[in-house]
Amino acid sequence: MAKKAHIETTINGEQVEYLCEPRQSLLEVLRDVLEMTGTKEGCNDGNCGACTVVMDGRIVNSCLVLGAEAEGANLETIEGVATPDSLHPLQQSFLQNAALQCGICTPGFILASKALLEMEPDPGEERVRHWLAGNLCRCTGYDKIVKAVLEAADVLEVKG
Amino acid sequence: MQDFEYIAPRTLSEAVALMSEKGESARPLAGGTDILVQLRGGRRSVERIVDVKHVPELNEMSFSRESGLVLGAAVPCYRLYQDQDIAQAYPGIMDAASMIGGIQIQGRASVGGNLCNAAPSADAIPPLIVHNATCVIAGQQGTREIAVEEFCTAPGRNVLQGGELLVSMRIPAPKSGSGGRYLRFIPRNEMDIAVAGVGSWVQLSPDNRSIVSARVALASVAPTPLFVEESGARLAGREVSKEAIEDAAQAAMEAARPISDMRGTIQQRRHLVGVLTRRTLEGAIARATN
Repeated sequence: MAKKAHIETTINGEQVEYLCEPRQSLLEVLRDVLEMTGTKEGCNDGNCGACTVVMDGRIVNSCLVLGAEAEGANLETIEGVATPDSLHPLQQSFLQNAALQCGICTPGFILASKALLEMEPDPGEERVRHWLAGNLCRCTGYDKIVKAVLEAADVLEVKG
Repeated sequence: MQDFEYIAPRTLSEAVALMSEKGESARPLAGGTDILVQLRGGRRSVERIVDVKHVPELNEMSFSRESGLVLGAAVPCYRLYQDQDIAQAYPGIMDAASMIGGIQIQGRASVGGNLCNAAPSADAIPPLIVHNATCVIAGQQGTREIAVEEFCTAPGRNVLQGGELLVSMRIPAPKSGSGGRYLRFIPRNEMDIAVAGVGSWVQLSPDNRSIVSARVALASVAPTPLFVEESGARLAGREVSKEAIEDAAQAAMEAARPISDMRGTIQQRRHLVGVLTRRTLEGAIARATN
């Protein structure tokens, strides 16, 4: 067995250290080593986006990142989106629009949408649909998700 | 996933040494969007993964209008399409970089990795071919360069010998009056693998009326990405016209050697090559005249 790697990284603003096998994905490290189970495993081969996290400002599929690659990185997961007092406007909007049913894809959609709105506060419907093409949802048919993202964009702009 | 060791060297010489030590049982890791899927699926086995993202030469992305573009093999797609100057200079490559996978994949996957993975359907390779890219390869014996159209040798295979690394791609400076375009056919809007893809590039005369030279390359219709010299030959020196474009499209259809599989039939693919060659040439000409 290859030697475990000692990794120091930042997750949701906090310094975190862990040991991982070289073959462990970042997704496995988050869920099994750090017990941060908000990030979901879907297809485990980079098609569905359920495991989306933000790594150094870009959304990535954490199933296609090795845990060892996170050395020195700045990571953001679904656990860092809400504050203890309130949900993020995107989360609120997903609830109000019933943009989730089983919920497995939701953390990935929230992180992907949040990354979009932080870069482009006022994306149109087509842009939202294109941006979210790497996130699959087998329940909602996407319309409610797209509507929720567009509504959250309006709320965020007003708060802006 | 199978067990392997992971090393992230900081210099090119260190990376080459680590690769050479293990020969065929070492693989480089850039964006990981192909290799990690292959390892997990048991389609490849390795003893050592060499993460090349911290090697400066593989991370280089430098462009000037005089000397052209040096694109490090590990530079992810998004860095390319975020750079307006590069996007404008090499529009065909940009078309591909912004359609490989979804946004999550583009945040990690590199054009160099797409080339090394050597899929017949790789979207980045036809545009690299038509934009005249050269591969810079490093090994224990030193550095060598080859034209990108000679890089892929079979599905999933390339010219790299055990221990060698693709360092970067060099793309000549864009000439004024030139333009490129890449299009693929997929049955959806995004996140799919090309049924057929075509990259075209043209150099127009100063008055924009005739074609000085042109290059056409195809994806998904042969065991490797295919450079169709004949299409360029049928366009060189001709006036810009429907007939000239049609001749080039015919040459591309004749050169294609597609198979029938779950994505499409031989007939459909050959037809698509004709349609896409016409459209990409028209697109390249439109961009060249802008």
